[in-house]
Amino acid sequence: MTTQERAVQRLTNGTPVPKGQERKVTNLWLDALQRLLRNKAAVLGGIIVILLILMAIFADQIAPYHYAEGDSNENYMVPLWLTKVMPGHMEKYAKIGDKFILGADYLGRDILSRIIYGARVSLPVGFAGALTALVIGLVYGSISGYYGGKVDNIMMRIVDIMYAFPTMLLIILLMAFFKTSFGGANEPGTAAYTFNQINKIVDRFLGLEGGGMLFIFMGIGITAWMGIARLARGQILSLKEKEFIEAARMIGASDLRIIVRHILPNIIGPILVTVTLNIPGYISTEVFLSFIGLGVDPPTPSWGSMISEGSRAIRSYPNQVLFPALALAITMFAFNFLGDGLRDALDPRMRGTS
Amino acid sequence: MAEKQPLVQVKNLKMYFPITRGIIFQRRIGDIKAVDGITFDIYRGETLGLVGESGCGKSTTGRTILQLYRPTEGEVYFDGQNLTALKGEQLRRMRRRMQMIFQDPYASLDPRMTVGNIIGEPLEVHNLLSPKERRARVMELLEIVGLNPYFVNRYPHEFSGGQRQRIGVARALAVQPDFIVCDEPISALDVSIQAQIINLLEELQEKFSLTYLFIAHDLSVVRHISTRVAVMYLGKIVELTDRNTLYNNPLHPYTQALLSAVPIPDPEAERQRQRIILEGDVPSPANPPKGCNFSTRCPRRIDICSEVEPEWREVEKGHWVACHLV
Repeated sequence: MTTQERAVQRLTNGTPVPKGQERKVTNLWLDALQRLLRNKAAVLGGIIVILLILMAIFADQIAPYHYAEGDSNENYMVPLWLTKVMPGHMEKYAKIGDKFILGADYLGRDILSRIIYGARVSLPVGFAGALTALVIGLVYGSISGYYGGKVDNIMMRIVDIMYAFPTMLLIILLMAFFKTSFGGANEPGTAAYTFNQINKIVDRFLGLEGGGMLFIFMGIGITAWMGIARLARGQILSLKEKEFIEAARMIGASDLRIIVRHILPNIIGPILVTVTLNIPGYISTEVFLSFIGLGVDPPTPSWGSMISEGSRAIRSYPNQVLFPALALAITMFAFNFLGDGLRDALDPRMRGTS
Repeated sequence: MAEKQPLVQVKNLKMYFPITRGIIFQRRIGDIKAVDGITFDIYRGETLGLVGESGCGKSTTGRTILQLYRPTEGEVYFDGQNLTALKGEQLRRMRRRMQMIFQDPYASLDPRMTVGNIIGEPLEVHNLLSPKERRARVMELLEIVGLNPYFVNRYPHEFSGGQRQRIGVARALAVQPDFIVCDEPISALDVSIQAQIINLLEELQEKFSLTYLFIAHDLSVVRHISTRVAVMYLGKIVELTDRNTLYNNPLHPYTQALLSAVPIPDPEAERQRQRIILEGDVPSPANPPKGCNFSTRCPRRIDICSEVEPEWREVEKGHWVACHLV
């Protein structure tokens, strides 16, 4: 008989442990997943995110047309059902034709196909922004917070300086700089050329024929990590003084163990939630950049550039703005629901609640 | 305690925390003298009570002995080994022999870990036992501290304050230490629960022949549990002697004042009780007074008190006092 069994027997005098007192071994992540799956809104958000990812991956198979393919004879073409749903100027001026389900843009390109391909821009931007923010922000913030003192002081002043600069202005300047200096570089051996080549690889990897995605990632990444770094540092600073960290030091745990086993699990929840909730922000930054013409290079479709182009004809052809905006809104909602769900799921105090 | 072997020897221990000013270029403009030169021994198997008001440096003393803070000056010998000289791995190995029970049972347990992992962590860190044996040991420990072994997979928030403190005790016991610093282990608990934890600590002391440094501000609790009692005031120990002597024949004016504040559970005697009310506030530990630290508030102050620091000396056998009057 093991010590464990003996201990149990002694304690319970041989009677079985009452139901509900025994609990299966679970780990934090499995437990969190279970709780996430119980949250209907989060599941819905998750399903939508997965569908969007699938849509982006299989865009070639799903989209009825290629995103750059258009016939100027079919520009502003509107299907019949749309004129019924949105009566107005459309039926007076538009070419009516059922070739495009959601209509065609000013170059006669299928809006639906462009929305589908647009996911190849928006989702990677969201995820890449989140990833850079998470990696740089977490490492930077952890070092700053854990070591404290002078290190912290210097590292945080750098963040302060960067923060003081208006984010949008910084991104716009960066994008303008990247596009002019790196975009056209074709002289082998220079740094700009290397960047341009990497950019082409990234575009090809994402299944786009050009677009300048690397530059957008860089622009967003450079500005996105600061918030997370501050958050991580703040969390660690407050956590560092908690007695359980001292208790861990007392039992002889190493710095690495304290960071990995005690600090990270306690801060990863809020950070993951913040990052997830920031994804719509990264996506909308790209949308904004594309709207003002500093985002993806045409003809690569982006929901932002589509909204921008469509907004010029918003009174006559509201469908050109409405559908890309709808795609954007659905994506934003999905990520927000998922983020909210994650926040609740990662808190063990919510265990047992629905 | 017949042989009276010291397990822990503290020699002229000082712990200063720097006060800095400036945002980028931090200048040291002073020190908080949390512990300012204390010397005492803790004998094997005894419970040394450490009392004093809030902010007098009791907790800092405990933590500095355990090297959670590295002392500014002075030495701590544990079983003959100088802890202050140890570093890294050597110190880590010594941690198996000394542990701590924390004040706040809500803050001292990692909310993201199960009870089993919390109690098992010391074993894991020191690579003791296989995972299976470790689990059995954790269950055994839970039973020892009076909790259901089947609570292993629960999280701390599912327990009450008293139960959490038991978990903290189990964690401290996991590596079978010789010496445990109890840093106000009961002051965050309800009075009804306090007695349970005190009894548990006494039971465990007998069972595992533990040595305690028991930090508290509740004089009656300290009287109950301690073998000897040390009284601290503003970073210094002012009096140290065995329990009965301290409570019956306090020599230092601060101890006298402190003891006069304890209510007596007898209405007759309570009515007769003469309280010594101290005037003024405790001076700042950043700027302690010249001479005796207590000279600014002492009802029996003489001229020398604000000039010369009183010597820490043994006035009777085993009765140490730092006061010019005795």
